[in-house]
Amino acid sequence: MSVLPTLKWNRFEVTFWLLPIAAFFLFPTYLTLGSQILIAGLFALSLDLILGYARIISLGHAAFFGLGAYTAGLLARHGLGEPLSGLFAAAAIAALVGWMTSFLIVRGQDLTRLMVTLGIGLMFYEAANQASSITGGVDGLSGVEMKKIFGLFGFGLDGKTAYLYSLAVLFIVFNGARALVRSPFGLSLKGVREGERRMPAIGASVRHKLVAVYTVGACIAGIAGALLAQTTQFVGIDVFGFQRSADIMIMLVLGGTGYLYGGPLGAAVFMILQDYLANLNPVYWQFWLGLLLVLLVLFARGGLMGALVALSGRLPGRAR
Amino acid sequence: MATIGSFIGVVFDGLAYGSLLFLISIGLSVTLGLMNFINLAHGAFAMLGGYAAVVAMSRLGIPFLPALAIAFAVSGAAGALLERLLYRRMYRATALDQVLFTIGLTLMSIAAATYFFGPAQQPVRLPTLLTGQVHVLGLELGTYRLFLMAMVVLATLTLTYLVEHTRFGAQVRAAVDNPQAAVGLGINVERVFSVTFTLGSALAGLGGALGIDVLGLDPTFPLKYMVYFLLVVAVGGAGTVRGPLVAALILGVCDVAGKYYVPQIGSFVIYAVMIALLLLFPAGLAGRRA
Repeated sequence: MSVLPTLKWNRFEVTFWLLPIAAFFLFPTYLTLGSQILIAGLFALSLDLILGYARIISLGHAAFFGLGAYTAGLLARHGLGEPLSGLFAAAAIAALVGWMTSFLIVRGQDLTRLMVTLGIGLMFYEAANQASSITGGVDGLSGVEMKKIFGLFGFGLDGKTAYLYSLAVLFIVFNGARALVRSPFGLSLKGVREGERRMPAIGASVRHKLVAVYTVGACIAGIAGALLAQTTQFVGIDVFGFQRSADIMIMLVLGGTGYLYGGPLGAAVFMILQDYLANLNPVYWQFWLGLLLVLLVLFARGGLMGALVALSGRLPGRAR
Repeated sequence: MATIGSFIGVVFDGLAYGSLLFLISIGLSVTLGLMNFINLAHGAFAMLGGYAAVVAMSRLGIPFLPALAIAFAVSGAAGALLERLLYRRMYRATALDQVLFTIGLTLMSIAAATYFFGPAQQPVRLPTLLTGQVHVLGLELGTYRLFLMAMVVLATLTLTYLVEHTRFGAQVRAAVDNPQAAVGLGINVERVFSVTFTLGSALAGLGGALGIDVLGLDPTFPLKYMVYFLLVVAVGGAGTVRGPLVAALILGVCDVAGKYYVPQIGSFVIYAVMIALLLLFPAGLAGRRA
């Protein structure tokens, strides 16, 4: 009998993936919001690997999202608008920078990590701001022109291609991440999470594992950023903003950390709420967001996934 | 000569700026060292002090100096209240929970400030006594900045006396060094923490009110300066007065000099300094328990 968790799908997971497909047919006028949710879901998933599985608190995860967005955006602006190669380039750049910065991250404890990630995020924001001849600065990068996916599907105004493209990418990357956390490597991450000091005693290097998972998280965040640039055909400097790093963390915590499904779920709830409340008044939205966060911490630690697990007891077990 | 003059001007501005950072951050430094509590909402207390002073001056017609006292009192009271009601529940929580919780408070404070005062910068009218320039050894120094530094010197002397020569100060030092042993010795660490939290919030409020002219005051204040406060704490170490003071002054001078001499890379300097310092002290953060 294998001791590894299986990759078999359970009922919850099948239902989960049927929802966005159903949404495509049921809400054809909300496909733009739908794409945004899928992209945020992917971004939240990348943070879940870092935060939920490796317990690294990052306040600068938008750095990688922004890198991906600018990579894809700049390629497309300069005539290389083929979407898939743009995704791969963005993934590669984000992974590379993630790998390089991971050595700064793994050294310290919580507060140090928090500040180093925050500092790195702010540095990228400043860099994008100052290099306005390349990035467009605060005006954003326009003139991003995408080619058709496989030469067949163009990004139209109805948002259908953008939605399905985002969904496909989310699905594929999600399955990669799912396989990763259920692999021996994923189990060793769990080991790090549960007992960081004991891991060296069984011959496992905590450092290497944190570097690896941070790099993967950065890579996925880069893909999410590239998706945003490609589907909206625009890159605003706020892709690097602190608000984006904070928002994505809130989405993840709202959904529940350490399940993988929490990120996309939290993103959906967060962005639908935001779409509704921020239209009433953006200032109030920030207040409700803060209140939500305080209440979550005080009363609902597991987030939505925690609540679902508690309700049914049959859901994909949080790998404990 | 002009370059030397401008250099001294930059250093002078940097010191004034650093003085403010010190005043605002000192409370954060002590509470972080004492309880290992990551309070990202600390800037909100400074902002509250700023708004309290503005309201006192513009709506109630109170002069500047008493308005500073009001800012001190209002932020202190808010700190005491929130510590009692909310913060106390979070001392044993994980770092992540503390971060989320205090980001939540920060967002709420930003929204509340926007609701009550609007998104614009708040103006401050300084008394004529504090405006203008003073000529010292052929240099023109801003009166208000000299006043700021005098306030910080005063605060530092008071705090140093408090921490190093009073019974309460000894309790704070003991609790920072080893809270368990301190409890064992009969020190009421919780009470020590409440008092320092209140005092720290009050000082932040004072700093916020003093800083309207230098740092500005708008609803995004707590986020805009969050990095700076954290940095002072991280580099300066906890539980002392001197560490954060030196860190804040260095930070102030570096930031002003960076923005003056190499404006094209602007705030970059300060983030680079921050990451470099954090790497030079990988285990953290001088004087802080891992």
